Amino acid sequence: MATSFDVIVVGAGPAGSAAALAVARTGRSVALVERGPFPGSKNMYGGVIYGRILDGIIPNWWEQAPIQRWVTRRGTMIMTPTQAVTVDFRDEGWGVAPYNGATAYRPEFDAWLADHAVEAGATLLCSTTATGLLKDGSRIFGVRTDRPDGELLAPVVIAADGVNSFLAKEAGMYHHSEPKHYTLGVKETIHLGKQTIDERFGLRGREGADFEIMGCTGGIPGGGFVYTNLETVAVGVVLQLPGLASQDKRPEEVIGALKAHSAIAPLIEGGEVVEYSAHVIPEGGMHMMPDLITDGMMITGDAAAMCLAAGIWLEGVNFAIGSGYAAGQAAVEALRLGDVSAAGLEGYRRRIESSFVLADHRKFAEVPDLIMGERMQTKYPQAICNLASDIFTVTNPVPKKGFQSMARAELKRSGLKLSEVGKDMWAGFRSFR
Amino acid sequence: MSEFLPLSFERRMDTVEFRVSERAHITVDGEACAGCSTQGCVVACPANLFIPTSDGSILFNYEQCFECGTCYLVCNVEGAITWSYPEGGHGVVFSET
Ligand SMILES: Cc1cc2nc3c(=O)[nH]c(=O)nc-3n(C[C@H](O)[C@H](O)[C@H](O)COP(=O)(O)OP(=O)(O)OC[C@H]3O[C@@H](n4cnc5c(N)ncnc54)[C@H](O)[C@@H]3O)c2cc1C
Ligand code: SF4
Ligand code: SF4
Repeated sequence: MATSFDVIVVGAGPAGSAAALAVARTGRSVALVERGPFPGSKNMYGGVIYGRILDGIIPNWWEQAPIQRWVTRRGTMIMTPTQAVTVDFRDEGWGVAPYNGATAYRPEFDAWLADHAVEAGATLLCSTTATGLLKDGSRIFGVRTDRPDGELLAPVVIAADGVNSFLAKEAGMYHHSEPKHYTLGVKETIHLGKQTIDERFGLRGREGADFEIMGCTGGIPGGGFVYTNLETVAVGVVLQLPGLASQDKRPEEVIGALKAHSAIAPLIEGGEVVEYSAHVIPEGGMHMMPDLITDGMMITGDAAAMCLAAGIWLEGVNFAIGSGYAAGQAAVEALRLGDVSAAGLEGYRRRIESSFVLADHRKFAEVPDLIMGERMQTKYPQAICNLASDIFTVTNPVPKKGFQSMARAELKRSGLKLSEVGKDMWAGFRSFR
Repeated sequence: MSEFLPLSFERRMDTVEFRVSERAHITVDGEACAGCSTQGCVVACPANLFIPTSDGSILFNYEQCFECGTCYLVCNVEGAITWSYPEGGHGVVFSET
């Protein structure tokens, strides 16, 4: 027998739980369908959660969210196999409420957010995979699941089913995505104990560090990261799929090379790998984004490619929460007005157009291509590290060279043309202004 | 530097919990793979589940799969991979511990 709700949300990641929370708060009935045995059990990320979006949804969330550390130190590392230049930034202000970023374990964080939806009245159905859409012509009115009692009916379905979103694909909403828009993220969670982490990363109490790394992926377009949790350190890389598939280093070997780098090895020496994990990231932004709305359905979070991956930024949880909550609100509005067609659900687009969700994606639309290009991946890291080496290497009795001539020599040595550098700087300037 | 090298692939995968289902959620058509020149899945699958055989085909086992999607995204041969999620409650379970 089919069960009916006002809204069905598929996926209890941050997007889905935020959507279900928004609906449940208005007293509407909502099912939150999750294929894992508990929310978060299928989900991995770097990771750091940027909580500003939560301020308006769960006031004082920082007093109750399952946080590992508050990020007060943020570094960007540019590497070659034997060198590293680090820009190292600290902000004490990030260590006090309302905080900036926090490391958290997704199996804990996602479960916490889903709990809020349940407390507000949502029906959480775990261990339940949505296997397809129920459709009447083009209008979607529910989902099929692998539960014995099978079908769930609702006038509005919210797809929050993550990067592979088979629901969005089944509804024909993806038109432009290509393998190059996806990266594989692999990571090791390494246990070291709090004291060792505090000492090696220069942290106290609940302070945390976050490093983004460029030039550490052996020529495969991508990047790396190191994040501190309370007792563990996460070390990982993200690798563009076609780039990964067309060479011969395996993902764990790329992590292995990063872990062996002289800038990273001393930080994690002696640690024990407690979990290895992998997940795909949609990094194409606006270039891959599917249709967001169809009759009876909205697409949110990673399912809608809303993860912002622009080099030193890798943010998806905040975009998932922002889009999910907006979709939940739009569903309620459409139900109230009695129009759940694509036109009736336009409130979803209106909400995310006027927030960071689409504004940031529009602003940084060209950045993923720039970051994944060969110059950014290998030539610039090489040139920057060599230049640093020139500046800091003492050459006497040979007299020191001038900065300008060193810079010119390094550009040449790295095979970079001044015109290309100018072009990239202009593109970067235009994207980031 | 070399402390990390002894982590064998088997031990690496032992750190991950899998609630293995009876049903294979992914199947690979070895005949299609025999005609595949790139075999990108072999290097890209983070769980190393695609094993090339001497006759140019692929041996696949679904049990320790991360359900990430990499394999079907890098595969260029129509119909070689049939990909779905495991039944609810089964498959990989992350815990970070
Ligand atoms: C290596 C890596 C590092 C990252 N680092 C960061 C970071 O530091 N900070 C950050 O903000 N973001 C980061 N991200 C991105 C972030 O993880 C995602 O953007 C975010 O998880 C998206 O949330 P979501 O709710 O849309 O999707 P997900 O978190 O993927 O949730 C989707 C949910 O739907 C469920 N589901 C899927 N299909 C079905 C189905 N058919 N039936 C039932 N349930 C289903 C899944 O089990 C899952 O629980 C990173 C990602 C990766 C892979
Ligand atoms: S699964 Fe696809 S990529 Fe892999 S060998 Fe078969 S056809 Fe080639
Ligand atoms: S889904 Fe990921 S882990 Fe599973 S077989 Fe495919 S590539 Fe390997």
